[in-house]
Amino acid sequence: MSTSQHKQGELGIVNGVPLPEMPEDLFIPPQALEICLETFTGPMDLLLYLIKKQNINILDLEVSKITDQYIDYINLMESLNFELAAEYLVMAATLAEIKSRMLLPKAEEDDEEIDPRLDLIRRLQEYQVFKKVSEELANMDRVNRDFYLASVNMPKVEKKTNVIDFNVARLKSSMVEVLSRPKLDKSHQIEFEELSTQDRIQLILSILSKKNLIGFYKTLQKSEGKVGVVVSFLASLELAKDGCVDLIQNKNEEIYIKSKVLNAVNE
Amino acid sequence: MPLMNRNIENFIESLLFASGRPLRLSEIRTILENEGIRVDLAEVKVGLNNLEERYADTSLELSEVATGFRLQIKKDFSHLLSSLWTENNRLSKSLMETISIIAYKQPVTRGEIEEIRGVQVSTNIIRNLLERDWIKISGYRETPGRPALFITTKTFLNDLNIKKISDLPPLPEKEDLSQDEITDTTEINLEAS
Repeated sequence: MSTSQHKQGELGIVNGVPLPEMPEDLFIPPQALEICLETFTGPMDLLLYLIKKQNINILDLEVSKITDQYIDYINLMESLNFELAAEYLVMAATLAEIKSRMLLPKAEEDDEEIDPRLDLIRRLQEYQVFKKVSEELANMDRVNRDFYLASVNMPKVEKKTNVIDFNVARLKSSMVEVLSRPKLDKSHQIEFEELSTQDRIQLILSILSKKNLIGFYKTLQKSEGKVGVVVSFLASLELAKDGCVDLIQNKNEEIYIKSKVLNAVNE
Repeated sequence: MPLMNRNIENFIESLLFASGRPLRLSEIRTILENEGIRVDLAEVKVGLNNLEERYADTSLELSEVATGFRLQIKKDFSHLLSSLWTENNRLSKSLMETISIIAYKQPVTRGEIEEIRGVQVSTNIIRNLLERDWIKISGYRETPGRPALFITTKTFLNDLNIKKISDLPPLPEKEDLSQDEITDTTEINLEAS
């Protein structure tokens, strides 16, 4: 490598000859490119590197110089068939734009013109903050690198799996057996009774507890439709069977339900 | 009751060894209580302090991190252990930049990270951070596209051996970042070649 440490004016020795000053065009030795390419995390990182190489403050960014170096770098990368992320090209374009704007003569009366470098400088500064702090974070103690946890390896509770004697023939015979099983598992749906005979019996009894004799049609509602008639009829038959009521039919074929229990009580 | 105290200490030690994760004071108390050992938090703390004292001349140490107390091997012995550790724990600079931005600017979207870094954040980096359980999605920003908002986790703090996010080094001031302060590993790499 051509130089060693060159901080604070200390320059290295090249091929046994002390280097009086920094070569002006020194930024990245081309043969080092392959190595350093991987180490740049993006165009901002590269740009910061170039600025640092110039030993200037970000605020004094020399766009013209930096742009040339940056584009040289990009060209070199391309000639080496490195596929650069598109962002590198975006940055090249940004730099070129700033450079061209800097070259334009300033209108003298227009003092308020914004420095075209301003946005880039702001971004570089912000990036630099996080680059710096990310290096600090990387140097912090990290588990399994700088320190290790003390723990015992607890035995894993394993469920005992019985090894089954199994082969293709057994698989087949199991399958045949399963298929030949009678279908005893027919499904059927149980539907909720909308009108229950049991409830209707209770209803009839409760009416009969107040009135000795009621017309059959008093025990149902029109809205219940045929089902209502059937349920009421079943309920009255049930009651008649149990000897709780008498069912009477008159000449007009109207049915009446007469309480037997109450009669007994009344008598 | 010195004997009793000694017992609590050993109970705590066994829990810390076997739990496989940091334990909080209250967790330790609950586990002991379930075993019929009635202790208050102060007594658990005393037990921990006694343990710490006991470890003084050993390779072990007690450490308090974001999710409680755990046992660690003293740093003096790390070099011994690193040879046993086959897992490569090197993290790329890109990953460190990404986690730093998330740590200091959380909650933050991928777009905001890319804005600062000037380069796309690779899916691999986000996946790596999620797999490490260093970051998680805390929600989605109500802007077009509803980008995910990333925050750091307690595991991230644990793995850096700290208790809270404010234990991280303070963000350097832009003005303080003078030229020679930029440590540049690139340069070292170049010269090494």
